[in-house]
Amino acid sequence: MKNRVGIVGVGQTHHKSRNTDCKGQELIGIAVKRALESAELTMADIDSIVIGNMDHFESINYVDMWSVDGSGGYMKPIMKVTTGGTTGSAVGHAGFYHAASGLFDTVLAIGWEQNSESDTTAAISTCFDPIVEREFCGGAIGPLAAQYTAYMSKYGATEEDAALVSVRDHNNAAQCNPYAHLRQAITVEEVMKSPYISYPMKLLDMCPRSDGACAVIFAVEDKARRITERPAWILGVGDCHILVQVADGIGLANLPSLERAAGEAYKMAGITDPYRQFDVAELYVPASTAGVTWMEALGLCEEGGGPRLIRSGMTNMDGELPINPSGGVLATNPIGATGLIRIGEAALQVMGKAEKKQVEGAKVVVATGFGGCFWSDVTVISASPQLD
Amino acid sequence: MEEQRSDSVPLSVAYMADMPYDYHAGFYYSRFLMELRDNKRIYGVKCPRCGKIYVPPRVVCRDCFVTMVEFVPVGNEGTLLAFTVTNFPYTDTTRGEPKNIPYTAAYIKLDGSDSNIVHCLEETDEKKIKAGLRVRAVFSETRTGDYFHDIDHFEIIH
Repeated sequence: MKNRVGIVGVGQTHHKSRNTDCKGQELIGIAVKRALESAELTMADIDSIVIGNMDHFESINYVDMWSVDGSGGYMKPIMKVTTGGTTGSAVGHAGFYHAASGLFDTVLAIGWEQNSESDTTAAISTCFDPIVEREFCGGAIGPLAAQYTAYMSKYGATEEDAALVSVRDHNNAAQCNPYAHLRQAITVEEVMKSPYISYPMKLLDMCPRSDGACAVIFAVEDKARRITERPAWILGVGDCHILVQVADGIGLANLPSLERAAGEAYKMAGITDPYRQFDVAELYVPASTAGVTWMEALGLCEEGGGPRLIRSGMTNMDGELPINPSGGVLATNPIGATGLIRIGEAALQVMGKAEKKQVEGAKVVVATGFGGCFWSDVTVISASPQLD
Repeated sequence: MEEQRSDSVPLSVAYMADMPYDYHAGFYYSRFLMELRDNKRIYGVKCPRCGKIYVPPRVVCRDCFVTMVEFVPVGNEGTLLAFTVTNFPYTDTTRGEPKNIPYTAAYIKLDGSDSNIVHCLEETDEKKIKAGLRVRAVFSETRTGDYFHDIDHFEIIH
């Protein structure tokens, strides 16, 4: 990359199920204000803006224009990025690219969604081909549920394995994250007793949909060092789109796009032993089942080893590699912001600002994004500008 | 959001307009739909470079990025790769009505195809379904050029 880039500010709203007391622009404005405050910057310090959501959730087009009241983008360059579930992580990567390219010194990346304004599953269903796929792809839930039947058949994973992920993430949110949407501790028994919404997926296995926004400020090295003593350095990014049609990806028990994106990000960052080198992971786990099946694509365990790693407890807050101290997507999911929250949470960990979520001594963290027809983004973030 | 605002109650404005779309099937899907309708045959298209067969037919091979022109029939039977019994309410975006639930979404690799299709299984009892089962297309008596109607469902081959 041309310029080394660090994250210098992170802000997010208190996410909730239904935010009726403000408009989308105000929601965006709250996250932006908090990000600026966290970096002790003002809007005058921002050189360009990247913003994203999924248009069809609110049916507001030209979000780049419409959001200016909240984004602060008056008379500034704004780019809209919208890539489905990976919108937030793609917004983050685009923010990084803007700064790394040398064209802009300080870049504000924003992800947001007012999901309560529409029928989320119906809106997601419009992502699928209307002629040959849409009829039987039930939003995000159906394809994710189906993928787990393939994984269970291939590797002997169980519904209880998925429940362990759900309990981990919900309980982390309840104990550690005042910004999380769902903040109720649950048990494996409660997950197993919750009704099937789409076999083998039960109600407590699936993420909610939330109203919320997140903003992250990226700065080139010399600016970043002037803004804060502890920037969160971006060491590697990887993005991979893969499929023409969603049916191609279901039935694959694995997630090849994540494996490819991780490979690219790890190569750029110098990660060779991810399980040992990462201190924390903030993973886009939209359903507990994916929390079992996708770790292997990140090289955190061997193929088919997800169930064993989850059962070992090593991904809990007191384990060797805590996953999702924030509670992750299972607790909070304002969809266009969700991937950016992963990057923001990863940055807070290495900046030592994660408060109750803080994993002691976190130096190197991986964040992921997941979207639509099984594509993936990976970001490696570190307290040092290069690995030791 | 946190600050106390005025005493007024926040209002919302409903948006209830129909926004119909008319999706163009193009030549490749049209050929696929006509074969279903007229001959109860499922057609794919073959990559001239790698030989992979895609169902439904599409214009380019996803790996080779070359135009595919050779239409080939594949089997009406195949293997169930993955499934889910969908049982939560949402709006059917094709018809603008509540979706008929439960239904079993079935991800199937037809014999002779290298890609997968999604359709539905007749069976909705998850205890009777398992990835790996053999399944067969059941066609509707009256066919109209609609993939989801002309193949009524897939049945498990016992």
